[in-house]
Amino acid sequence: MTAAVLRDTATLSKRSLRHVLRSPDTIITTAVTPVAMLLLFVYVFGSAIDVGGGRYVDYLLPGVLLITVASGIAYTAFRLFTDVSGGLFERFRSMPIARSAVLWAHVLTSVVANLLALALVVLVAVAMGFRTGAGVLAWLAVLGILVLFTLALTWLAVVPGLTARSVDGVSGFSYPLVFLPFISSAFVPTDGMPGPVRWFAENQPVTPIVGTIRSLFAERPVGDDGWLAVAWCVGLLLVAYALAMSTYRRKTG
Amino acid sequence: MTTTPAIELTGLTKSYGDHAVLSGVDLSVAPGTVLALLGANGSGKTTTVKILSTLLRTDGGTATVHGHDVATAHGEVRASISLTGQFAAVDEVLTGRENLVLVAKLRHLDDAGGIADELLARFELADAAGRRVATWSGGMRRRLDIAMSLIGDPPVLFLDEPTTGLDPQSRIEVWATVRELVGQGTTVLLTTQYLDEAEHLADRIAILHEGRIIAEGTLAELQQLLPPAEVEYVEKQPTLEDVFLAIVGHDGSSEQEADR
Repeated sequence: MTAAVLRDTATLSKRSLRHVLRSPDTIITTAVTPVAMLLLFVYVFGSAIDVGGGRYVDYLLPGVLLITVASGIAYTAFRLFTDVSGGLFERFRSMPIARSAVLWAHVLTSVVANLLALALVVLVAVAMGFRTGAGVLAWLAVLGILVLFTLALTWLAVVPGLTARSVDGVSGFSYPLVFLPFISSAFVPTDGMPGPVRWFAENQPVTPIVGTIRSLFAERPVGDDGWLAVAWCVGLLLVAYALAMSTYRRKTG
Repeated sequence: MTTTPAIELTGLTKSYGDHAVLSGVDLSVAPGTVLALLGANGSGKTTTVKILSTLLRTDGGTATVHGHDVATAHGEVRASISLTGQFAAVDEVLTGRENLVLVAKLRHLDDAGGIADELLARFELADAAGRRVATWSGGMRRRLDIAMSLIGDPPVLFLDEPTTGLDPQSRIEVWATVRELVGQGTTVLLTTQYLDEAEHLADRIAILHEGRIIAEGTLAELQQLLPPAEVEYVEKQPTLEDVFLAIVGHDGSSEQEADR
């Protein structure tokens, strides 16, 4: 049983990875907004932002990486939507294949596609002067957090992918996610924000995740941010997974 | 004959909210035969097919496919069927060959590549096999769709409006394929809005109307429901289809051949 699940998931993942490789523009489009933000904030607004010493691009990059994931998952939803609306989803469901394989293949593809886009954004940041002395372990920790975050948002993207009626409805859901980092410590420190905004900024998931990645890159201890970040990611992942599965069950009766 | 039916429905009901789509459908299809399910749009044809292919649950009644209950034996039913839905369910980003290989691998068959090549040749798709399906015509996609459904030789095939939107030649090709399959012992349940399609293909015809089968039988049996035919002499004009096929040079591989 499990062997069949793995085999079917691998077959279907290979298929959707082909979709990604045959339209590399989706990776580039995913990276365009984050790169534009890097350029805009580093070269235009950055000089007016005081982050307490250090290069602004180093401060900014972690938040921009989260924005990259938030815009990347729109394509995950889109690929799933295309399968549902084009009838392939029903074809797969009427075949003797592991049910969970259909969704997992899209989720794994999403992780790979987002990692490619993230690598692209990091390369641009390096060209703009981003430097880190982070060792292998720190990089692996950054990778781990980004993968967890991607998985959480991807399972969330499964919901519109399964239920949307039009292409516009599919991509629309990711806009709020893209803007969430703006009300956090991703672009500017939270100290200068007015009370309620500051409270929100300091208690939403983006701030500890960004803080953790920043500390890892700067070779500082991550402190409580590390646990908070992992807890947020895992919590979001569980909620998103439950939502996606209940949507799937409702959809497939 | 006392063979078990390949498809059997008893008192099947299904409603969406207050709207009853199927209100007690009884139907039986003998192995190796074609049954055409006729009905207007919204009469419940697709709902019936979706229930039989385990995509929808019934509200009441029972349905068995190849001896397996669709409500309880999902895996066994899926292993015995193939569904060709109303719209060609093919992957447009992949090439034709990759589509076939994908399905063969999902059915855990050895030599997926060989199976794909054999089907490409049989459906006269070999020339386009390496091109992305997005560049294919509607008729080619439909043939690929049906070819994908034949992988693994499922004993029962559901064809939901297989020729809707096809040009006359592709339509005749699909008909020829269905006949060939039935010749090999496959059971086919076909839904259609085209009465001539039912006449040409089906061993038996069932008419679904307002959620019930209101008539069922062979073409001759259904014709007897009406008063006996009167003999009239009418000058025989070629149909537009005859003309179309004759002037575009249809090769006449089917018995639908136009007079030349």
